Amino acid sequence: MIELIVFAVAGLACLAGAVGVVASSNSVHAALSLVGTLFGIAVLFVAQEANFLAAVQVIVYAGAIVVLFLFVIMLLGVDRVEDLRVEPLGGGQRATAAVVAAGVLGLVLTTLASTGWEATGAVGELDESVPDINQLGEALFTRYLYAFEITSVLLVIAVVSAVLLSRRVRREEEIVDPGQAERQAEVTDRIARAEARAAHTDGARNGAGEDVEREPTPAEEVRS
Amino acid sequence: MTAALEVTPAWYLVLGAAVFSIGTFGLLIRRNPLVMFMCVELMLNAVALTFVTFSRMVRDTGGQSIVVIVLVVAAAEVVVGLAIIVALLRKRPGATADDVAILEG
Repeated sequence: MIELIVFAVAGLACLAGAVGVVASSNSVHAALSLVGTLFGIAVLFVAQEANFLAAVQVIVYAGAIVVLFLFVIMLLGVDRVEDLRVEPLGGGQRATAAVVAAGVLGLVLTTLASTGWEATGAVGELDESVPDINQLGEALFTRYLYAFEITSVLLVIAVVSAVLLSRRVRREEEIVDPGQAERQAEVTDRIARAEARAAHTDGARNGAGEDVEREPTPAEEVRS
Repeated sequence: MTAALEVTPAWYLVLGAAVFSIGTFGLLIRRNPLVMFMCVELMLNAVALTFVTFSRMVRDTGGQSIVVIVLVVAAAEVVVGLAIIVALLRKRPGATADDVAILEG
């Protein structure tokens, strides 16, 4: 009875969250609905005695991936409401999508029904008395060691590519600022005027007239 | 308690199939790249639930091991995908998936 209640609540959370992701017009609401689905699936993991996976699901998905989604939404400022009534790709896209989704669902259900709702095949050695994390760790580091090592390579590739992709590429035309030519001309003009005034002052000092109105420097006062 | 209300593993499989279908539908009808990514996450989670269910049905750790690896792949995919989306939307604010259909910046 407890299992039925847990399944009903968690399953409803999953389905409601999934519908919320698809149907909400605001990206932030979609991300929060995704959290509902992820928590529901974590609860279903616990119900199936996959406790370690449930913890990892909450930490990695709800804790890291959804936060990353929210960061990107806030960073880009795309948390505005979109109009969902706009037909995305001309006529019939929505109907075709519904047919494809129903087809996928029907295919899976037909396959399940044809097996009599039971899994067949080799029965493994999962032992109920040993904690699942022990068995999972042993399987990952013995039977699936190569796959495990390759995932570490994948993570390194992902980190490097993310850094590379999000770096701003500085091109030549982006460095040049628009007012640079005017400022350069102004600086040249000011230098020329200062040189002209200096030459004029020198000429005045060497000559007789003192027609430049300026304060005499202390050295000049001493000299006079 | 009647036997009809016992939660069999098939219930989990049906739920996984339903979530996967909703994710497929959303991926096909939405044009916001971020929401499309969330729909891909829904599909990955549905598959993870199915794997765990099969792992319990056949009493094998392979299903749980592959869920760990799917988690890593999902994290890597999200990191790269969101970096691409950030680079895209920084250049063209408000771009949808249709605007980059020919994979050109």
